[in-house]
Amino acid sequence: MPTPHQPDPLPSDRSETSFADFKPAYAPGQAAVEANRCLFCHDAPCIAACPTAIDIPQFIRKIATGNLRGAAHTILDANILGMSCARVCPVEVLCVGDCVYNHMGVPPIEIGKLQRYATDAAYEQRWRLFEAGPDTGKTVGLVGAGPASLAAAHELRRRGHACTVYEKRALGGGLNTYGVAPYKMRGDRSLEEVDWILGIGGITVSSGVAVPDDLSWAELGSRHDALFLGFGLGADRLLELPGADRPGVEGAVDWIERMKIGSVDLDATRHAVVLGGGNTAIDAVRELCGLGVSSVTMVYRRTEERMSGYAHEWRAAQTQGGRALWQRLPVAYEGEGTAGRVRGVRCVHVNADAQPVPGSEHIVPADLVLVAIGQGRLHDLVAGLDGVVLNGGRIVVDQHGATGRPGVYSGGDCANGGKEVVNAAAEGKAAAHAIHTFLQEQS
Amino acid sequence: MPDLTASCAGIVSPNPFWLASAPPTNSGDQVMRAFDAGWGGAVWKTLGVPIQNVSSRFGAVRWRGQAGVGFNNIELITDRSLAVNFKEIAEVKRRYPHHAVIVSLMVETRDEWRDIIARSIDAGADGLELNFGCPHGMCERGMGSAVGQEPKVNEQITSWAVEFSTVPVLVKLTPNVGDIVPHGLAAQQGGAHGVSLINTIKSLIGVDIDSFTPQPVVGGQSTNGGYCGAAVRPIALHMVAALARDPAFRLPVSGIGGITSWRDAVEYLLLGSTSVQVCTEVMLKGYRIVEDMIEGLESWMTDKGFDRLSQVVGKAVPQFREWGELDLNYETVAKIDASTCIGCQLCLVACHDGAHQCIHANPDGSRVPVVDEPECVGCNLCEIVCPVPGCISMVEVDNGFPRASWNDHVQVEAALRPKKGAH
Repeated sequence: MPTPHQPDPLPSDRSETSFADFKPAYAPGQAAVEANRCLFCHDAPCIAACPTAIDIPQFIRKIATGNLRGAAHTILDANILGMSCARVCPVEVLCVGDCVYNHMGVPPIEIGKLQRYATDAAYEQRWRLFEAGPDTGKTVGLVGAGPASLAAAHELRRRGHACTVYEKRALGGGLNTYGVAPYKMRGDRSLEEVDWILGIGGITVSSGVAVPDDLSWAELGSRHDALFLGFGLGADRLLELPGADRPGVEGAVDWIERMKIGSVDLDATRHAVVLGGGNTAIDAVRELCGLGVSSVTMVYRRTEERMSGYAHEWRAAQTQGGRALWQRLPVAYEGEGTAGRVRGVRCVHVNADAQPVPGSEHIVPADLVLVAIGQGRLHDLVAGLDGVVLNGGRIVVDQHGATGRPGVYSGGDCANGGKEVVNAAAEGKAAAHAIHTFLQEQS
Repeated sequence: MPDLTASCAGIVSPNPFWLASAPPTNSGDQVMRAFDAGWGGAVWKTLGVPIQNVSSRFGAVRWRGQAGVGFNNIELITDRSLAVNFKEIAEVKRRYPHHAVIVSLMVETRDEWRDIIARSIDAGADGLELNFGCPHGMCERGMGSAVGQEPKVNEQITSWAVEFSTVPVLVKLTPNVGDIVPHGLAAQQGGAHGVSLINTIKSLIGVDIDSFTPQPVVGGQSTNGGYCGAAVRPIALHMVAALARDPAFRLPVSGIGGITSWRDAVEYLLLGSTSVQVCTEVMLKGYRIVEDMIEGLESWMTDKGFDRLSQVVGKAVPQFREWGELDLNYETVAKIDASTCIGCQLCLVACHDGAHQCIHANPDGSRVPVVDEPECVGCNLCEIVCPVPGCISMVEVDNGFPRASWNDHVQVEAALRPKKGAH
């Protein structure tokens, strides 16, 4: 059954809509040419590089023969978030990076674009590829409606377990909706994916419910036979520097969210500075450039070689006009008076040992500063759950997603510390398999 | 979901996809892995008196960066002992009772046929395939295509096999003949339950231009081989279709030749095959290609509203006619979609140099060519060379002339439309 089309809950004039796709969709002729280049490797390295182990050569062969529905099934059977992953995966360091053509000096297969071609068709044609399993009478509660929980819930429904997803926010999809760079995927497409996944039926989404504030762990435990924790990470961590409360200094994740589901006003922004060297920082640089800010500078305390952001993303940011200041440590936000809008970031040079270089203080002009040095952990959330152990702010799980408390599983950013959508999908699916085994043993 | 269960000459398999008798069916381990991958049946590598093979056995047509669009081999029948082969056949049938195992056979004397057929059936064969097709090596010893090219010998040996067999007998036909029909009829006359075709085409795959040696090279020499792979499909399709439309021929057909995908298989089914056999594409890509073949066939049948194979088989046969029956007044012209044209002008040069000079440069300076429709003969060449899917289409024109074939014209003086492109 196709899911009824939901009215779009996102405003049409939100800032993210000004972005075009960085990697545009294939037309049929392009897909055919690319699909026919695939060698159909045995025990293919691209599969090993995919956290969800999609049988990539098989789905590409199916595109080549015109079996598009089969191609979509191969992808989505392995990864129910295959549509968003096709757009947001860092394929350059995953499947595409391991394509054997790289060893020949031949351009590797554009696996992400082919995956998008097949999964977009599944959405447009409203193919219903998976059915819920026969009802088991068991029920699973999932906390957070991001990729990990969605992947887990869908997998659990295929095995007949009822699912309820508790989401504190209004919309599902997690960072796919609120955080993905819009030139990869816009929020409305993420909501379509949520709808498509929920189309299997039997997944109740209870939004606007924060656990444990609105609903205690004890209550949750009494409602369900097993729990999955997929609530992601907390708010941006900010630098506690002088002037941190000046207008114009804000967390990058927070700003990106406003840009995606609302609007940001950059008319008065001439110089934007992004603090950090990870992928969120690079996303913010690319987004600011794309929205027309003429000077966008990433300020990072280490060297280019040591930044955690992907090299291919940084190259793209540079192409768009972004630049970086390496080995700088921010020490204060400067502005007019004590509470006026930020006008610059006071920085010092640091040496290879991260020690400030005396006398190197200088001001980097900025009328907008986005802080992208990581997100907080949600330690407090699991305080009432005996047996659920944290390590470095991450929920400790085994390879199947099991926490130290029987019947409680976890996956996605809250367990892995912040990785890709495809990791969350893989972890959610693995946990669903473990939950299924657990529930069978209970009965 | 449509039912893919296939029945060819009484040999039933869960789907119509069989592995042809060839290296992929050389051993029990291989056939079992193939069944696990999804193949519905396997025709065991031909059994006979075990032979000695040469080193360097295969050759391929290399065409625009790809090897294997055409393929040939000079390998002979099994080189493993019959005892081992039969033991493995029995093991496969024990583990896979619902899959079809057809044993391909090639021996000489009546007594040899009696013996090897009895042993094959004892091992559990669901059917036999008489290899009257191999065009290299074995034919020099009076077997293979040497049998298939002589209808009387074909009929004689077929009748022995049918006499000795309690399971269905397929005769595998050689394409190395002028007309396939008498050879299919000879198998029918001999009592065969079905035919499979085509075996390989006698070929010389290429010449090493540095060592002046034909390929594949065996110690500085070579010999002719059997040609197969995607490139032979049109030849095989014609032979399958020629038998299917012959009113005297009534046997089931297992179609073979250049099948690489579910689409190719559908073509064989539409021309009357009730199972299809695949070898070369498996040699090039492995058993796992069958997943897409099964899924693609199911999807296609669902889209077309078919729920079992019998509704598909032979559906294109009535439309396969003699030239003299075609409608000479049917007219099409090429239309170029300017919005998708990329300006390569391959259609223009193909039409000018290879067809009827009716596609011209655009007088307004655009790179999109124009079709002189009153001169266009509707030959399809431009549509074939165009690299953009759907850019050039052949559109039917109503010229007001009622249907008239050459036969109609000769017999009842039916009026023909004026010729086009005969400038």
